[in-house]
Amino acid sequence: MPIDWFPLWLSLRVALAATALGIAVGLAIAYLLANRDFRGKEVLDAAVTLPLVLPPTVLGYYLLVVIGRESPIGQIWEKMFGSPLVFTWKAAVAAAFLHSFPLLVKSSRAALENIDRSYERAARTLGASEWKLFWRVTFPLARRPIYAAAALAFAQALGDFGATLMVAGNIPGRTQTMALAIYDAVESGNGFAARVLVLVISAIALVILTFANRLAPAIVKPR
Amino acid sequence: MIKARIKKTFPACPDSAGFSLDLELSATRGITVLFGPSGSGKTLTLDSIAGFVRPDEGRIMLDDAILFDAATGVHLPPQARRCGYVFQNYALFPHMTLRENLAFAAEPRPRLERHRRVNELLEKFRLQDIAGRRPHEISGGQKQRCSIARALIGSPKILLLDEPAQGLDAPLRAEFYEILRQVRSEFRTPILLVTHDLEECFELSEEMIVLHEGRIAQSGPPRRILDQPANLEVARLLGAFNLIPAEIRMLDPGRNRSRLQIGEFEIEGPYFPGHLKGDRVTVCVRPEQLRALPRNGRPGPNQIRAELKRVVEQPRGIRLQFEGLAVDLSRADYEAQHADEQWLIEFPCDALRIL
Repeated sequence: MPIDWFPLWLSLRVALAATALGIAVGLAIAYLLANRDFRGKEVLDAAVTLPLVLPPTVLGYYLLVVIGRESPIGQIWEKMFGSPLVFTWKAAVAAAFLHSFPLLVKSSRAALENIDRSYERAARTLGASEWKLFWRVTFPLARRPIYAAAALAFAQALGDFGATLMVAGNIPGRTQTMALAIYDAVESGNGFAARVLVLVISAIALVILTFANRLAPAIVKPR
Repeated sequence: MIKARIKKTFPACPDSAGFSLDLELSATRGITVLFGPSGSGKTLTLDSIAGFVRPDEGRIMLDDAILFDAATGVHLPPQARRCGYVFQNYALFPHMTLRENLAFAAEPRPRLERHRRVNELLEKFRLQDIAGRRPHEISGGQKQRCSIARALIGSPKILLLDEPAQGLDAPLRAEFYEILRQVRSEFRTPILLVTHDLEECFELSEEMIVLHEGRIAQSGPPRRILDQPANLEVARLLGAFNLIPAEIRMLDPGRNRSRLQIGEFEIEGPYFPGHLKGDRVTVCVRPEQLRALPRNGRPGPNQIRAELKRVVEQPRGIRLQFEGLAVDLSRADYEAQHADEQWLIEFPCDALRIL
């Protein structure tokens, strides 16, 4: 029986989109947490960490509340694009994003805080704006651990099951990702397909984690 | 020139005692040194001027620009202050070559001028041959030169240096002093340097400000401060004095003389205006101003008996450590004398200071 590879490509595409979104949002939040002092800073940090500890069904429920057809965001989306956001692969991206970005924020914050402050101070006395300072000094110095965190987040986004099921459903050929396809294969007694998919996703995760470990240790300290 | 009045208080909390900085200073062309022990507020002062720290009260003026003014709420960001800052670890960006480090600093300048300015400074600080290397590929001395060049590239109105020579070995230190003297003569930028090394003050500065617990204890040319410390605190901080408790027995303004009781001995000193007979004071005299003689017979005028505790070898001679005081003499002088435990110490009448 031939194996349907669509779930693999869909998973990779969803994870890639979720990671890209995660880097943009996660880096901004990590920057705030690492550089600014404001009220509720640790509350924000805790809120960002929540998805790591809550059950996937809770995340899925929140997502339905936020992007469901009745929610303001869901309605705006429907007006703009003519079809609902839920039960599409884009909703799966939202689920994978929520599942993976806490790790990105945590690691990026640590990476940004690990940089010797004198580099940033030096850049400021040399007249660099905060924007230039971030992109030309801070980010290049923290780049490797941030890339490592992004790789981890990608691996995690690849593996989301519960939240994806709740907001994107399990529509073969449209929203069925790897994790869901494996579940279906096992349920329907297709042991061969389940084994192949399990091995493939494990191998991909292994490669990504090895790559992340190689990147991680180089946090730059002044010499 | 810089004029600063800075007040900043850190309240005491469970894991640290409180600290308050309260000082007023000004510095003009040349090198001004902020001298003090660690925790005296030197770096905090520098950081307030550079804009990393916001003082609670006061006003900081650089030439005719107001950098900070508590009364009107002005607090310019470091980017707008035009202060060059040389960090203790140099803070050269490790992911850029030396040329890129300088070019980064030159970016606020007009486009046409940048390239020329970078080359000019690379040449002036003898970095043109290694301009393509990264900071971890160059020597300590080269890092120093590069960090000063980078700080100067934007033509700052003041150059701030935070213990730049700390932890350097002697040749590097000498090289660094040479560079700073070059900067002083070739650039018109006033230099404010933080150190806790007295020799550095003498080596470099025209003007020295002694900080103690967040306040200015004394300021003036280093030579004058060493010659007449303002109080016991300053004398202790400089660490270059014998401080001997004594009592004034006699004051004679007519002959410009006084007599001081030290232990069981009486010695003669200059007249001390503003003191009274019977005052308990501290005699302040540097180890190299005293003379030590082997003891044969009774002490002569202005000599006291002392028992030698230890002989300390020093790079520039010998230090004889007695109970409560030390005497420095040259190796030749020491070897010419009969070494024994019993010595006489002669106090030079006019060099005595009291605090």
